[in-house]
Amino acid sequence: MSNHDVDLAIIGAGPAGMAAAATAAQLGLKTVLLDEQKGPGGQIYRSIIQPAPADEKILGKDYYHGRSLALALKNSSLDYRPGTSVWALDQDLSLSLSGNGQSQRIHPRRLLIATGAQERPVPFPGWTLPGVMTCGAAQILLKSSALVPAQPLILAGSGPLLLLIAAQLHRAGVAIEAILDTTPRKHYLTALKYLPGALRNLPLLAKGAGLLTELRRAGIRRITGVSELRALASPDGTLGQVCFRQGKKEQTISAATLLVHQGVVPNVQLSRSLNLTHDWDKLQQCWRPHIDSWGESSLPGLFVAGDGAGIAGALAAEAFGKLAALQIAQQLNVISEQQRDRQSQVPRRTLDRQRAIRPFLDALYSPAREFLLPVDDTLVCRCEEVTAGELRRLARDGCPGPNQAKAFCRAGMGPCQGRMCGLTVSQLMADERQVPNSEVGYYQIRSPIKPLSLGELADSAN
Amino acid sequence: MPGASKFERLAYASNDWIQVTVEGQPVQVRPGDSAAAALLAAGQPAARTSAVSGDPRAPYCLMGICFECLLEIDGVPNVQGCMVQVADGMNIRRQQGAPVLNDSLAEGVPA
Repeated sequence: MSNHDVDLAIIGAGPAGMAAAATAAQLGLKTVLLDEQKGPGGQIYRSIIQPAPADEKILGKDYYHGRSLALALKNSSLDYRPGTSVWALDQDLSLSLSGNGQSQRIHPRRLLIATGAQERPVPFPGWTLPGVMTCGAAQILLKSSALVPAQPLILAGSGPLLLLIAAQLHRAGVAIEAILDTTPRKHYLTALKYLPGALRNLPLLAKGAGLLTELRRAGIRRITGVSELRALASPDGTLGQVCFRQGKKEQTISAATLLVHQGVVPNVQLSRSLNLTHDWDKLQQCWRPHIDSWGESSLPGLFVAGDGAGIAGALAAEAFGKLAALQIAQQLNVISEQQRDRQSQVPRRTLDRQRAIRPFLDALYSPAREFLLPVDDTLVCRCEEVTAGELRRLARDGCPGPNQAKAFCRAGMGPCQGRMCGLTVSQLMADERQVPNSEVGYYQIRSPIKPLSLGELADSAN
Repeated sequence: MPGASKFERLAYASNDWIQVTVEGQPVQVRPGDSAAAALLAAGQPAARTSAVSGDPRAPYCLMGICFECLLEIDGVPNVQGCMVQVADGMNIRRQQGAPVLNDSLAEGVPA
């Protein structure tokens, strides 16, 4: 197909995608917004059109900010398609998508990937047991279903979301047995040098302090300096106990649910599938696509905005989405460079302020080494059940990187297509070979990016 | 009420209920639930067993990343339970190991 169906296709209806779609549609660009979920919001504003909990105090006002973004999607120039998966991208920016069991290809003039972040997979012994799930998963259950986890409940990890979900569950009346804070103590010192940048975003710092105060007043036990986290099974095969070390003391606590969190990382599945240039972000310990200040990637006409381009949070994503849309509108001659620059002043300031605090947060909440380079008996690839020890052995035996390793051990070849093990496999092999992550690289991601029935595949040929 | 040994429902924003079947048992769920959430609400911690070791696995990320909540929904295996919204009468089953081709598909294939 050589003619263009639309001016702009946006993948993902989180803050970046929603803001970009509203901005582009307002400027008169024929825009299509594709999203897997049934309603707009992404994960941060999940179910924002119909939040499940009756009590709005539980999730807090930052969440309900997403309403205004979702309402702005009502524009006649905007074709919003919920329940749609994008399963392939081509170098000419055309997309293969699927919704309601039907496939379609569209060819936009410009493409914006706004697929956001995923939680960093947190490998440790026992993390595959039923009863262990991410803090983000618990938050989704709260937003979409008003469901709260089985108790006794333990939270373990590091990062702002750990504290936020703890506070939200406490507001919902859930008893929290303990918060196991795995932030290494030395990170407090490392983070200090980034404090001047953080002071540019006092509201966010104050919010963090407020959460800590809320949890302390609630009398929730917060155990700091936790290491050697392990989950043990009960006789029925589900989570029974959580073990850890604090200083010299080993402890074991009974638990029905363990919520884990070690920050979020860009979801690079689509950008990787096009072989875009990706850089290793040392402070955030993850890959991110190489982009310019408007979000344009190494493939001209393809933009990445929001947390998928590097973690900076929901407010930054919203601002970044607007900036990408303005640049796209300028490239398509809908606005002049002067109009673009004038309209980008406010979102640019917001983006800069939100990014200024990141080095402080990233240094403070960088995952402890045991979660980046887990002990040998930890399952790294959950789908194919490959351990850290096996991956280390392959690296020692001369396997240069993840793409060679998968031929020997199948790591990354299961249904999740490496989403859960990719970062860990790269880091384990780089560490074992004593070379930078950029040298071992990442899995070659191939379409279909999402599961597809044969019927849908056949449909796409018509 | 919170305090129980399984996932519990808080006060919900609407009065709507939807009836689905989880592992053959009728269960009342909420319209915002995914099939994976319905499974947890029904007190079933595990969604499937591993195709490699047979160990039980449960929803881990609930946002389409981990593929641990693969379910058989209305007879279709390998469906990401967290990505499917519940509907009246939906039949949700846990997936045991690797799915097998059903007989009707295999019919006519030369031995």
